Amino acid sequence: MKDKNLYNYILGIADNSLILGQRLGELCGHGPNLETDIALTNISLDLFGQTRSYYQYAAKIAGNDKTEDDVAFLRIEREYRNVLLVEQPNTHFGYVIARQFLFDTFHLLLMEKLQNSGDEHLAAIAKKGIKEVSYHHRFSGDWIKRLGDGTDESHEKIQEAIDGLWRYTDELFHVTEDDALVIEAGIGVNVSQLKEEYYKQVSEILTEATLTVPENKYFAKGGKEGVHTEQMGYILAELQYMQRTYPNMNW
Amino acid sequence: MTVDLQPNIDSTLISVLETVSDPEIPVLTVLDMGVIREAIEIDKIVYIKLTPTYSGCPAMDVIGDDLKAAFSKVGKEARVELVLSPAWTTDWMSEAGKQKMEAYGIAPPLEETADKDALLGNAKIVKCTNCKSTNTRLVSQFGSTACKALFQCNECQEPFDYFKCLK
Ligand SMILES: [Zn+2]
Repeated sequence: MKDKNLYNYILGIADNSLILGQRLGELCGHGPNLETDIALTNISLDLFGQTRSYYQYAAKIAGNDKTEDDVAFLRIEREYRNVLLVEQPNTHFGYVIARQFLFDTFHLLLMEKLQNSGDEHLAAIAKKGIKEVSYHHRFSGDWIKRLGDGTDESHEKIQEAIDGLWRYTDELFHVTEDDALVIEAGIGVNVSQLKEEYYKQVSEILTEATLTVPENKYFAKGGKEGVHTEQMGYILAELQYMQRTYPNMNW
Repeated sequence: MTVDLQPNIDSTLISVLETVSDPEIPVLTVLDMGVIREAIEIDKIVYIKLTPTYSGCPAMDVIGDDLKAAFSKVGKEARVELVLSPAWTTDWMSEAGKQKMEAYGIAPPLEETADKDALLGNAKIVKCTNCKSTNTRLVSQFGSTACKALFQCNECQEPFDYFKCLK
């Protein structure tokens, strides 16, 4: 493949949307109430839409008549480049919101920069996506405040989720070897430079929600290099089932 | 940032384009929605550039098929291309379209600042589609589709969708 670095770079962004979209999709019909159920699946749909645009572009780069569906469904676990945060399970509603908020804050900062990418295709996807992501961010930020500043039980549960997921936040700012080359070419975003602003924004909202900002010494990473947590296999089993069982099946 | 690009549409094609509606809001044509960015005819083939309202809008594939079907009825082949840039904005919806939308029961998008106030619950400005009162409240930022929010009227209790401003 000619542009292997760019291909992997695109997957590093798109796979986050795919896997988080899949996690949110699991909640369809299982949300705590109708409005929240609809909101979470709407966010899922936005993420899948963005994923499609990225994968269509990635498939073109890959050549050999590859399609967006091949990219989405026919890779093995080690070839998925999403961060560990997005594959974490829907343990309870607090985890769903904490995962969303920790991701949305990053996603919005990333889209702001990617709009100015030297690659016009990626810039166009980001300009479209940023409008949707700002709605997601508003939704998850509001829920963080509502749960943190809510009842004793909601406060305790959202704090538990934030504490539980915090160890996955540092990986968002990890730059892989492929990323570095794409950044150098003026196409990729140097995510390591978003770190300070990210923790500042996250801390502000957590504080407003009367929550404690965790102080971790250890962080988990590996997803961006294809080394995932035990959650990933289960997600792929469900995500890929149809294409693996009935190859090339179509709607 | 303002995006007020006029779409490039051959006037001879408008009568056919007007017959294709948005499958989610059937009272609106694709022209009312502003999703057709280009429609030109070269050597009996109609080239159409279609832009999605939201990235994941499931209506886009259907609209593409409907456009091809509408042109094939008048003996023309249509080729539809999906374009992302410049990104669609609610400003591209026609005034007539916004009125039809309200009559259909969906509150049309307000301008950007007013929209933000409405969705943050700071101001009561979204008009009930049933009794026209602005004494309404936000129920959920996400409604029946990604492009809409859910509101309820405090006067007549009508629940209704509000089409969110997208800029
Ligand atoms: Zn009313």
